Amino acid sequence: MSASDATFPKLLRGLATKNPDQTALQEKRYGIWQPMSWSTYAARVQDFAHGLAALGVERGQIVAVLGDNRPEWLIAELAAQSIGAAVVGIYPTSIGEELLHILTLAQVKVVVAEDQEQVDKLLKLRAEAAAAAVDPSAATSAPFADMPPLLVDTVVFYDPHGLEQYTDECLRDFTAVEALGREWGATHPGWLDEQVARGTSSDIAVICTTSGTTSRPKLAELSHDNLLAMADHLTAIDPIDSNDRYVSFLPFAWIGEQMLAVACGLSRGLTLSFPEDSATQKSDMREIGPDVMFSPPRIWEGMLSEVQVRIDEAGWLKRKVFGWGYDVGDKAAGRRVKGQGAGALGALHWLADQVALRPVRDQLGLARNQHAYTGGAPLGPDVFRFFHAIGVNLKQIYGQTEICGIAVVHRDDDIAFNTVGTPIAGTEIQIADNGEILLRSASVFKGYHRNPAATAEAVDPEGWLHTGDAGYLDDNGHLVVIDRQKDVLTTADGTRFSSAFIENKLKFSPYVEEAVTFAADNGMTAIITIDPMTTGSWAEHERLSYTTYTDLAAKAEVQDLVAEEIHRANEDLPESIRVQRFVLLHKQFDPDDDEITRTRKVRRNVIQDRYGLIIDALNRGDERIGITTTVTYQDGTKVDRTIDLRIFDLTTYRVPEGRGRRPVWSGRR
Amino acid sequence: MLGRAYVHSLNSSTVPVGSPILEISDIELRFGGVVALHDVGFTVTQGHIHAVIGPNGAGKSSLLNCVSGLYHPQKGKAVLHTGDGAITHELTKLPPHRIARLGVARSFQNIELFSHLTVLENLMLGRHTHMKHGVLQSLLWFGPARNQELSHRGIVEEVIDLLSLQPFRHKPVGSLAYGIQKRVELGRALVLQPSLLLLDEPMAGMNSEEKEDMARYVLDVHELAGVTVILIEHDMAVVMDISDRVSVLDFGRLIADGTPDEVKANSAVIEAYLGAEEH
Repeated sequence: MSASDATFPKLLRGLATKNPDQTALQEKRYGIWQPMSWSTYAARVQDFAHGLAALGVERGQIVAVLGDNRPEWLIAELAAQSIGAAVVGIYPTSIGEELLHILTLAQVKVVVAEDQEQVDKLLKLRAEAAAAAVDPSAATSAPFADMPPLLVDTVVFYDPHGLEQYTDECLRDFTAVEALGREWGATHPGWLDEQVARGTSSDIAVICTTSGTTSRPKLAELSHDNLLAMADHLTAIDPIDSNDRYVSFLPFAWIGEQMLAVACGLSRGLTLSFPEDSATQKSDMREIGPDVMFSPPRIWEGMLSEVQVRIDEAGWLKRKVFGWGYDVGDKAAGRRVKGQGAGALGALHWLADQVALRPVRDQLGLARNQHAYTGGAPLGPDVFRFFHAIGVNLKQIYGQTEICGIAVVHRDDDIAFNTVGTPIAGTEIQIADNGEILLRSASVFKGYHRNPAATAEAVDPEGWLHTGDAGYLDDNGHLVVIDRQKDVLTTADGTRFSSAFIENKLKFSPYVEEAVTFAADNGMTAIITIDPMTTGSWAEHERLSYTTYTDLAAKAEVQDLVAEEIHRANEDLPESIRVQRFVLLHKQFDPDDDEITRTRKVRRNVIQDRYGLIIDALNRGDERIGITTTVTYQDGTKVDRTIDLRIFDLTTYRVPEGRGRRPVWSGRR
Repeated sequence: MLGRAYVHSLNSSTVPVGSPILEISDIELRFGGVVALHDVGFTVTQGHIHAVIGPNGAGKSSLLNCVSGLYHPQKGKAVLHTGDGAITHELTKLPPHRIARLGVARSFQNIELFSHLTVLENLMLGRHTHMKHGVLQSLLWFGPARNQELSHRGIVEEVIDLLSLQPFRHKPVGSLAYGIQKRVELGRALVLQPSLLLLDEPMAGMNSEEKEDMARYVLDVHELAGVTVILIEHDMAVVMDISDRVSVLDFGRLIADGTPDEVKANSAVIEAYLGAEEH
């Protein structure tokens, strides 16, 4: 097989022949890691592919998968690709209009859904669509009015619990489809081999939804070639082999998970592990100790918050030892990322690693980690530095769905905390006159599904992908990404800067979950949401009682705590972009309200629209702002509630004497 | 390959759905001069969630204790049907361990778990009536005892999965939140593979979210395996939502017995719950 016509199904068959008994996938169930060998994996893909054919799926169609990460997700994906169909992953938290939009745009007929929860959503959509078809006037309130018809005729589920009494004839059990496939395959010998052989590397393999800043995502078509070219270039920098382990817990609908688990996984034979439950993710990850990991910033920020809280709660000896170890690790990391050896620090660093740093890595499940990546959104330089200090080889990836998730990455010996690194092989980079980053490589996607106008906007005739991000190349050839072009702000005195830069400074505090900053007439203002876990445990220590998130955020003590944190962040910021005033929002941002994307990126325009009143009040410098929110209870009743939010002014704020909290480590508070 | 559907049935009763599984008749229970239950009798039908409600001190838990053999009433009987419904056992004459062996499992209002053992160990203990190996085999462990333990663990793990207890598997029960402990209580009753499940206030002391979760689990168990459940509960909303039949006790007497709608409309029930105006 030449490299040029490689497809995922062909790679899978190759691996099944080469290492038939080696573990391909393992899932923790009933407390035990249940392995699946490459040969079983390939056999199940074959059965399901036959099953899909029996259900009427044809070459060129799209199969949707809606669910959490399980082996069945990948079996469905590979099966669809085996018969020349593509797969579109849908975030399991998607609801209503968003779900309908993807299903109708991709003209999906067969959906593979995980469990009762997902099946219920699909049955509801089908019922609504049927009602709208009978009586179009009923469709005015529903989102059906401006959408093409829903074509879903089969829903395959793989977790049968709770579905015992469902009788809808569109429902099929995953194992029943596999059995159907076995029968169908027996009467069509050689058919699938022919289909797999017909597949070419330019076929569409995966359709990823883009985390658009509107609620209607675009569907980016990625070919086998796109994904495999990216995998080849990435693994040329950081080799991955078939003994490496990867824990798959981020949604397969996200390009990052497709990139490592599927593209790198199948081209290099990674072993994938699926945690038992979202609640056991951490302990399961620690059991596996993945060699490779790719997560968006929120995962890394979450780990840092956890370490900060736990060190803070530890006894004085542990705090001292960790503080010392961290200092040593930080110095050693400073040399390592510049490609220098440990030098005179060598022995000391070894000791610090043994007593302080390795145990922390082990607790986080990073003890065996060789390559860790962050991507999808900018990670604050301080968070970055923390992971290097404790000895995690964390590297920034820059890319977007349209270029298979990766175009630029750090190299082991050349890491700068404020850049995203240098382009991978085969990737050209150019900064347009307006400061926009343009990229060109073999991984640039085929286009948006049924949306040529948007495709033409994204990729110009010469093949350059217009990323929409503003950035520049620094003196070492590293790319520095400022922000989304439309989010680059100018302060009153004309400084150009990125709001994300300030927001990441604020988010370095373990108590701040999200921060959205705005340029005001005389400096910056911010809307802050607190992290209920860390702030909650802080409140417990301070013997503050609280009930809900809203109650916690309204406590004067919590506001003082956040004020102190922001005051500290301000000290690191240039005078003109310091945060002058902030508001603690009464709720967390929620993807169901469109405020953040399913990958937890803040949608600034939605925030700007929805909280316009607050932003204006922040700008004016009011003392308080009353806002009305509509609360919808589960039984459908709606209640309007007025909430009074306090605007905290930092211009005159001083940390009260004697209230400064003790440093956690190395001067960090 | 391990399939996703559960292998073990959580329901050991073979009585046809719709036939009586438990017949309680004329039960009278006295503690000295106090009459806790006075001529209480009703029939529980296979496949139902049967709620027993009543104000504090109405005798609800006493009634369950009579069924599970903790108390022996002075008069009346509780008859359990097994097999195809033709075999009968007079529970009021049997000691508790014999009743447990017939598949009558219960959870307690006040959590009765071993707080220093892990969730897994507590659930494995719930299987003890099914464990057959003797002292010698247990001492040797390897061989039959080990194999038996493995097969019991299979059932226990399915219950852990059903009740989403995976994150707590190896945690000592005493360190868990109250709501989780209540769930472990339910789990311990389930691993017995009951023919009849007695739940004594499984939702007492919970907030509304925990109550909803628990109601969901009770319904799941019921839908999945068709286990007949006798449920004592204070929360009227929960009772009316999930039960097929309701019996109401007041001061040791049965004052109503019927479907939730019938009971809601019954004047004696309204009087017992809301109080009557003085005449």
